[in-house]
Amino acid sequence: MSAGATANLLPEFERIFAHLPGDARVTERRRAALARFAASGFPSQRDEAWRYTSTAGLARRQHNVAIDARISPDRARLALAAAGPWDGPQCVFIDGIHRPELSAAAVAAAGLQMRPFAAAVADDSRIGERIAGWGAEEFAPMIALNAAFAADGVVIDVADGAEPADPLRLLFVMTAGVRDRAIFPRVIIRAGQHSRLVVVEQYLGESGADGFTNTVTQVHAGEGARVVHYRLQDESAKAYHVGNLIVNQERASEVISHSLSFGALMARQDIHVMLRGVESSATLNGLYMAEGRQHVDHHTRIDHFERSTRSEEYYKGILGGHGRGVFNGKVVVHPNAIKTDAQQSNKNLLLSRDAEVDTKPELEIYADDVKCAHGATVGQLDEDALFYLRSRGLDESAARALLTCAFAGDILGRVGLARVRKELAARIAGRLPGAAEILEVV
Amino acid sequence: MSNGETTMLSVRNLHAAVEGKPILKGLNLEVKPGEVHAIMGPNGSGKSTLAHVLSGREAFVVTEGSVLFEGRDLLGMSPEERAREGVFLAFQYPVEIPGVNNVYMLKAALNAIRRHRGEPELDAVDFLKLIKEKAKLVQMDERFLSRAVNEGFSGGEKKRNEILQMAVLEPKLALLDETDSGLDIDALRVVAHGVNQLRRSDRAIVMITHYQRLLEYIVPDFVHVLAGGRIVKSGGRDLAVTLEERGYDWLKDEAA
Repeated sequence: MSAGATANLLPEFERIFAHLPGDARVTERRRAALARFAASGFPSQRDEAWRYTSTAGLARRQHNVAIDARISPDRARLALAAAGPWDGPQCVFIDGIHRPELSAAAVAAAGLQMRPFAAAVADDSRIGERIAGWGAEEFAPMIALNAAFAADGVVIDVADGAEPADPLRLLFVMTAGVRDRAIFPRVIIRAGQHSRLVVVEQYLGESGADGFTNTVTQVHAGEGARVVHYRLQDESAKAYHVGNLIVNQERASEVISHSLSFGALMARQDIHVMLRGVESSATLNGLYMAEGRQHVDHHTRIDHFERSTRSEEYYKGILGGHGRGVFNGKVVVHPNAIKTDAQQSNKNLLLSRDAEVDTKPELEIYADDVKCAHGATVGQLDEDALFYLRSRGLDESAARALLTCAFAGDILGRVGLARVRKELAARIAGRLPGAAEILEVV
Repeated sequence: MSNGETTMLSVRNLHAAVEGKPILKGLNLEVKPGEVHAIMGPNGSGKSTLAHVLSGREAFVVTEGSVLFEGRDLLGMSPEERAREGVFLAFQYPVEIPGVNNVYMLKAALNAIRRHRGEPELDAVDFLKLIKEKAKLVQMDERFLSRAVNEGFSGGEKKRNEILQMAVLEPKLALLDETDSGLDIDALRVVAHGVNQLRRSDRAIVMITHYQRLLEYIVPDFVHVLAGGRIVKSGGRDLAVTLEERGYDWLKDEAA
């Protein structure tokens, strides 16, 4: 691969690296990661994995990497209000930097440890070693870029057998005002054997914030652990969001991922699940919406390494205006992974003639005795149903909103946390003209 | 010609086409409040087209003629405006709408109509009370109320659901399009009983049907025969009996 564009990120690293957490060994790893990024640059559309998604907007910027963050109390209050209510423990990040005064003290639940990433790296060089990532994805340029610049985030450890009662929220707020702001949060989750954890990552921006978020979350689910991970992306309509979720699973562990993408001009989510232990299982749920000139791309990859592993994938997209959606679901069944069960479904609803979606399943099967199925659809609202609703007195826009919400309904139904489900329903309805009339319905 | 002041629906010289093919060719019909009209006719005579044109289906293009509803131009109204003004169509093939709850859909519909009338909206509690009351009218199990609209309903359940909607929305003019089709005799009795309960001096009903059977249970004031896109014969309910005995062929000859 020839060297691609790196914008100003190499000199930017020299400007700020002294402010990034970690000792000299960590800095060395950051430099190595930066070199890997520099070798390829921002992915180009010649790269099959980025064929439909352009990073040209990122390659043109003068990135301004955040090493500190300022926000007035009034603006912070507004941002928290926009995120929706949360009465449990949460970490709040402004421009990627942890702000303890805005965070709700993590309740000292038995067996749960939550440390700000900067502090954790400073006193535990093993974490510093891990920011380069795990496994094959280590060499993906966007993950390498995050490894070079990761300034803050959170490290969550759940002890063996621990079950923290309250879900955790990690709230990332991108501020407006600083041009070409770039943030690189890193979240590391280690769930011990037979532990339970529910984490909600939420990304939003102040109105007009045009920043670039490049975030990496690593989940390690120990034997028999159950981790539920939500990523709710609702950044400002000018923002760029690149998210990575890397999951490693041991024997009989269960991970459920919900990727819910509404905001940003360009949003890309890469989700890579490695089922390394026998009888481990993963469920990936996704809902994405794009309107105007928004572009939203999900690339998922599930590696079945061991026998009797199971994966299910349910993704739905709603695309209006000139919105563009991309879904690529790759499933690799390795030679040892006999009795694999992998199901995948991607359904898309186009609300306008100019909306577009590219959906592609990819199956690579190297084992016998496996069950793999996939299905993809692209459709429009049912004209007969629209007429039926209108003939009962509903406005055309309300009828469209009602049918669109119904389309999203089963993905919403999979969201276990009631408060997240409510938040989602409101965000879906908020994007549909005519939804006010049926708001109570959704 | 009836008195303009009391006429609810006035269809004059109506011509309509589907995909460029003329179906209705000069249809006239006058309906007054309180009246029940039956429109009968052989397959392909234009019965369902009439129902669709009156309810505002876009694929049906009116090429000539006029339709006045309470003196106003019905054809200029959107489907939802027609519904809010009090026109209701019971579909021949009610649409299944997965993911949309029956009760919520009907509540949103009723409240849209009530807003239009300047009446206060019903809240969830009052609406539930209302719909449970109305469900008895068509002997509909309450379990159906909370299911998705028509999803997985049998033919009979769908038709009952249509009449339930009519009962809740309380239209001035109800168009029943082949409401008897696909019903066994027990279901037909239930549906007919529901409709009869909804007969009122200020409400008109136009039934479109192929068979005379429905008219034994919902007795019409007037029977019209539609053939070749026009009403070729009108009469009292006796006309339906004649049709049952003689079929439609003798009328085709008469129309020609």
